[in-house]
Amino acid sequence: MASQDRVYSIVVRGLGWLAIAFMVAPVFVGLAMSFTAGQTLKFPPDGFSLRWYRALFDPALSAPIHAAIWNSLKIALLAVAGTLLFAMPAAYGATRLKPRASAFVEPLMLAPLVLPTLVYGLAALIAFTSIGLYPSLPMVVIGHVVVFGPLMYRACVAIASRLDPSLEEASTLLGVGAFLTFVRVTLPLMVPGILAGTFLVFMQSLDNVSVSLFLADARTSVLPLRMFQMIEESLDVRVAAISGLLIAIVFLGLFFARRVLEPSQTS
Amino acid sequence: MVRSGIPFVAPMVALSVAGFLMPLAVLAAFSFRDPAGGFGVGNYAKLLADPLALEVLFDTLFLGAKVVTLTTLLGLPIALLYWHAGPRQRSLIVFLTLLPMLTSNVVRTFAWIVILGRQGPVSQMLLQLGIIPFPRSFLFNETAVVVVLSQIELPLLLLPIMAVMSRADRNLVSAAQTLGAGPWRIAWSVLLPLAAPGILAGWVLVFASATTSYVTQAVIGGARHIYLPQYIYREVGVLFQWPSAAAIAMVLLASTGVVMAALAALARHPRLAAHG
Repeated sequence: MASQDRVYSIVVRGLGWLAIAFMVAPVFVGLAMSFTAGQTLKFPPDGFSLRWYRALFDPALSAPIHAAIWNSLKIALLAVAGTLLFAMPAAYGATRLKPRASAFVEPLMLAPLVLPTLVYGLAALIAFTSIGLYPSLPMVVIGHVVVFGPLMYRACVAIASRLDPSLEEASTLLGVGAFLTFVRVTLPLMVPGILAGTFLVFMQSLDNVSVSLFLADARTSVLPLRMFQMIEESLDVRVAAISGLLIAIVFLGLFFARRVLEPSQTS
Repeated sequence: MVRSGIPFVAPMVALSVAGFLMPLAVLAAFSFRDPAGGFGVGNYAKLLADPLALEVLFDTLFLGAKVVTLTTLLGLPIALLYWHAGPRQRSLIVFLTLLPMLTSNVVRTFAWIVILGRQGPVSQMLLQLGIIPFPRSFLFNETAVVVVLSQIELPLLLLPIMAVMSRADRNLVSAAQTLGAGPWRIAWSVLLPLAAPGILAGWVLVFASATTSYVTQAVIGGARHIYLPQYIYREVGVLFQWPSAAAIAMVLLASTGVVMAALAALARHPRLAAHG
């Protein structure tokens, strides 16, 4: 019996950590690559330097990349704002619906999560152009709000369903109106969910290709598509520097939002 | 006195109907539009008669199945590790899962170009071991696409499993131990059914994501291995065949739907539903 326990423990630990190493290694490869002193993607890199970061920040050399970064940041921030306006209140409201109503609302809110986003991108392109809305930056934002709304919704529902209704009742009994109660009592309590949702929507929007591919016009170049082109055309090492920056953002975000992103909290 | 949630839900419901359900309905209608005008099943008939399109479709569905299989093989040991870990180690495992998940897909795809490239660590290691005579690239084949997509989608499988496990009742395991079950038996008969709802939820996410990840498929697969997303994009962006692209997208949607329905039916299976 004891030897069986030992074998089990060794196998689970060995395979488990090996699989985790496989899952995490590419992130560190991307990070290490960004500091190469060489001209190519040789790994391990030829020495350490910041030359590709310098090249990336050079306003003349990297102007198209800067435009793409700027567009993507605008889209991501607007998408976060959109999900805060639509999905966050919906998450709160859904926890205060009668069971029959929430049985209808819940699947509708979460449906975009399981639909292949590429199919949605094409559907949105066909539907929007048929009513005279052509691909543009606002169209991309609408697409991202629809597709990533469920992430904000899910993060906020987890918190909203645990709120103590007596806090709102107290506020209402003191004569504070419904709207003010929501803003001053409920919202502050939902901050952990809102933070988690904001981080998730921001990162996903920044990385999205399948919706932007169809809804962005030729003038609106977005960062992931720009990186895709740079990889396909020339294997430009500046892609490594962009990767390094994006990985740094993930580390920063995880540092602050880690507690609220724990699986027991968000799903 | 709890206020009604309807006013808070209404804007999102309106957005979902106008921005989500309506486009899908338009897509469905569009797929029945014949290029010559009028409606009919012409686009679907053309699709089913086109051996290239069918090959691309089946390659894509098989790709999804292969990625689901490999992520499961990789994910189950991590899930067991997570189950047996203490709170601090659990928190570390969650961090190491969220880190790659939140890192851009394009960035991870790029890292894999470095790893599998001619001057990458895989090529150099095999060269030193004498397995390959000169440096070579391991990109541009289906195995590479499966491996890379598995790394990219693995967190999508792990997070639902971890969520289920963190809520699970440890007494079930104690009971099994008291009854004399060894660790393997417990893993198979207690932990696996316990994690099943999370595994099934993860499979749906992995399948939907792996079959439609345009950039990874295009970059790692190269020009010779085309999957449905590239095919659809070519129909739309290069050939301007919107109705036929709509038909292919509907077929992709239907195939994904069939897979998901099958998994949902599996989740209701008595043996699996018992603990869910």
